[in-house]
Amino acid sequence: MAQVTMTVNGKAATGDIEGRTLLSAFLRETLNLTGTHVGCDTSQCGACVVHVDGEAVKACTILAAEAAGTEVTTIEGMANADGSLNVIQQAFQDHHGLQCGFCTPGMVMSAAALLKENPKPSEAEVRDYLEGNICRCTGYHNIVKAIMAASGQDVAAVAAE
Amino acid sequence: MPKDGGIGASSKRREDVRFLTGAGNYTDDINIRGQAHVFFLRSDVAHGTLNAVNTAAAEAMPGVVKVFTGADFEAVGGMPCGWQVTDKHGEPMQEPRHPILAHGKVRHVGEPIAAVVADTLEQARDAAEAIEVDITELPAVIDMKAAVASDDVKVHDDLTSNLCYDWGFVEENKAATDEAFEKAAHVTTLELVNNRLVANPMEPRVAVGDYARGTQDHTLYTTSQNPHVIRLLMGAFVLGIPEHKLRVVAPDVGGGFGTKIFHYQEEAFVTFAAKACNRPVKWTSSRSEAFMSDAHGRDHVTKIELALDAEHNFTAVRTETFANMGAYLSTFAPSIPTWLHGTLMAGNYKTPLIYVNVKAVFTNTVPVDAYRGAGRPEATFQLERVIDKAARELGVDPVDLRRQNFITEFPYATPVAVEYDTGDYHATMDKVLALSDRDGFAARRKESEAKGKLRGFGINCFIEACGIAPSNLVGQLGARAGLYESATVRVNATGGLVVMTGSHSHGQGHETSFAQVVADMIGIDENMIEIVHGDTANTPMGMGTYGSRSIAVGGSAMVRATEKIIAKAKKIASHLLEASESDIELKDGAFSVAGTDKSVAWGDVTLAAYVPHNYPLEDIEPGLEETAFYDPSNFTYPAGAYTCEVEVDPATGEVSIERFASADDFGNVINPMIVEGQVHGGIAQGIGQALLENCTYDENGQLLSASYMDYAMPRADNLPEMTHYVVDHSCQTPCTHNPLGVKGCGEAGAIGSPPTVINAIIDALQSGGHKVDHLDMPATPARVWAAMQG
Ligand code: FES
Ligand code: FES
Repeated sequence: MAQVTMTVNGKAATGDIEGRTLLSAFLRETLNLTGTHVGCDTSQCGACVVHVDGEAVKACTILAAEAAGTEVTTIEGMANADGSLNVIQQAFQDHHGLQCGFCTPGMVMSAAALLKENPKPSEAEVRDYLEGNICRCTGYHNIVKAIMAASGQDVAAVAAE
Repeated sequence: MPKDGGIGASSKRREDVRFLTGAGNYTDDINIRGQAHVFFLRSDVAHGTLNAVNTAAAEAMPGVVKVFTGADFEAVGGMPCGWQVTDKHGEPMQEPRHPILAHGKVRHVGEPIAAVVADTLEQARDAAEAIEVDITELPAVIDMKAAVASDDVKVHDDLTSNLCYDWGFVEENKAATDEAFEKAAHVTTLELVNNRLVANPMEPRVAVGDYARGTQDHTLYTTSQNPHVIRLLMGAFVLGIPEHKLRVVAPDVGGGFGTKIFHYQEEAFVTFAAKACNRPVKWTSSRSEAFMSDAHGRDHVTKIELALDAEHNFTAVRTETFANMGAYLSTFAPSIPTWLHGTLMAGNYKTPLIYVNVKAVFTNTVPVDAYRGAGRPEATFQLERVIDKAARELGVDPVDLRRQNFITEFPYATPVAVEYDTGDYHATMDKVLALSDRDGFAARRKESEAKGKLRGFGINCFIEACGIAPSNLVGQLGARAGLYESATVRVNATGGLVVMTGSHSHGQGHETSFAQVVADMIGIDENMIEIVHGDTANTPMGMGTYGSRSIAVGGSAMVRATEKIIAKAKKIASHLLEASESDIELKDGAFSVAGTDKSVAWGDVTLAAYVPHNYPLEDIEPGLEETAFYDPSNFTYPAGAYTCEVEVDPATGEVSIERFASADDFGNVINPMIVEGQVHGGIAQGIGQALLENCTYDENGQLLSASYMDYAMPRADNLPEMTHYVVDHSCQTPCTHNPLGVKGCGEAGAIGSPPTVINAIIDALQSGGHKVDHLDMPATPARVWAAMQG
């Protein structure tokens, strides 16, 4: 057992863990931040995406120990300060970009990372970026719409082109 | 004008807020103080004799609480099958015993042999490595036709063969059907495979068992689409726990698509082990485990023949299907290739004679059961592919051939035992042709050809049967369960309502759409209504969610219960208003006396029900709570027409979907936004089946597609872009036999899209001069390219 400390959603977080503990397990089991989901064991599904020092990372692919000293943001840290949904979360609700909600935390975290690096992505760019996130429910159509709407684009106009 | 609430409004989903903020409560999020973890040691051979399982070393490992083997479960029941099919000779199907942990033999890769319960999952997994399993490997039987042709390798030694049943439907029609083929002017024949799929809800299965020693109460938390069904099957048939001592909770569930209907060994195990170990026991499936333990879907091999007369009227359809059951019968497996498949072989067409033969076969593979559409995609794929082939052989337009044979008068009794209540197949065809701009196709094909690509147009029509019913009929057909649904509506004193439904929502948005219905009936705000589901402790006995049944059956139960509430509330209002009950009208949340301005608000009536000071106590009881059970008189029959345009790259065989349009008739629609989302999801799974997904075994029974590295899930860039993708549900012929006039929409996309895509690919290849009649799914670049080489 070893102690790791990191900042999670703006607060210091410490836990005693085994060396083999993944960041996803540390968040879920030790910190009880169960919004980060685990949908596979081959780093393919993206349900576990969080931000580590501002970069989108699949939390099942790094050890918690590797994240020691970093700033981690999870889905629980994404809402506005007053608790209301942020622009991306709101767009997902407005455009029905989620059904069962299991892929959703990863989708929102990936979307946030995409919009940070590419504030007005085209539809093809959104679809390409989501290559690492699997959703079995929505067929992605409304997720793509939500992300483009969150970037301030008029999705009705895009669809009518 | 879009409505802003109630039936027909695209109300935003209330459940989204918790899912978008990481505040959902999925089964794996549940951790009970003191819980232990179980790891299942699973067979890595497909078929073998289990000589010995030595657990001594594992028992001594750190943290290990107890190690279980098949011997520990000899006193309890096996996994039950919920449907008994009768074969064409009137004999019951062969039904093998299905142990919780393998005993004597292993019969598929992934079958659990032993289970280690330990303080942590890591300790359980480490200890499992110390278990010594002595297996004598046996030859495996994977191919269905080989399994039927010879008894050299039998999956179950105590059965007479590998044939579960040989079903003929309708057996009385067989001779007449054969005769129609002899007289036919033209016969089109097609042999095809409906590829084996893995449902892959993104949330893997999880089960947590808990036992309260003081009260002897069991609780199972599980990722289920139907917690009451699990409680009944596991309590009554497996573990012998009376239902009043067993609570089953399916909280937020991350998708199901059929594979979370069934009762699985892991559920029974954690419930049993929690008592045996006197500790809560938790199991969380890994994705790799899910591939070899979740029931798979489809896996049919079919020969279909279509007979036509000289005027191109369909005169008969005849099929022979081999349906894979896997090594054991999963909960509803026998019903899928029979009653959910044979009954659909009329499709949208007035074919007078139909004969369906289905041979269900045991193989050394994971059990196969319902996956989104369950039998109906298989029926549609055969029928629509053979019609397309017939049109090509006859040199007629595939749209015209379909139109000529459409059923146009309703109700229509098919020769395969079902009666369609309503529909308008020309309307959906007209709609989809307009949406897809078929008239502009020739020009688009030219553009594609100019780029060196082949372009094809595919059309497909389908019918489905949803909301399987009625209970007395399905009982005659072999179901060992009823297929009603239930709702309890509890009105609180201050006017808010709680609706407790036996349906279950795992992505469908019932918490929103069900509230819309009740809000509309009473004329109050949706936010005054809470929908409760998923816990047998606080919902009436219900059958859960599958087969697109929730709004048609669960919604109807809720309507009936709300009608009872309104009837009683009117009595109370008539007392308060000192008017005759027959003069009381309910509108916009207020009761008024017809023709007067006297009225009393909903909240005043509900308060009077619970504070009955001024109340007709001699006539009616206080309180306002009603329950209804609704048993439908018939299935519902959603139908639709889909089109697809593909481009095929002749250099690589790669297929891209350039355009896709769907016109569905779901009857009345409660929440259009949610309905469109269901169609998008279904179409994505159908396109996945058509182009990407394939679950395969090698000849030794090793599962080759056991992770997302080898099983191709549809990703965002595999699906059509929004510019040329439209889903439409404006053609509406309301169901005639349920109170909401609804038909169900959950499976349509997955049923309608696979043949649409394949028909389009064949059209593209034919346009390039390739004499390709058929391609089995998935139409991967390698397969398409090979087909083009002839
Ligand atoms: S759980 Fe991390 S990618 Fe699937
Ligand atoms: S919403 Fe269910 S997996 Fe994406």
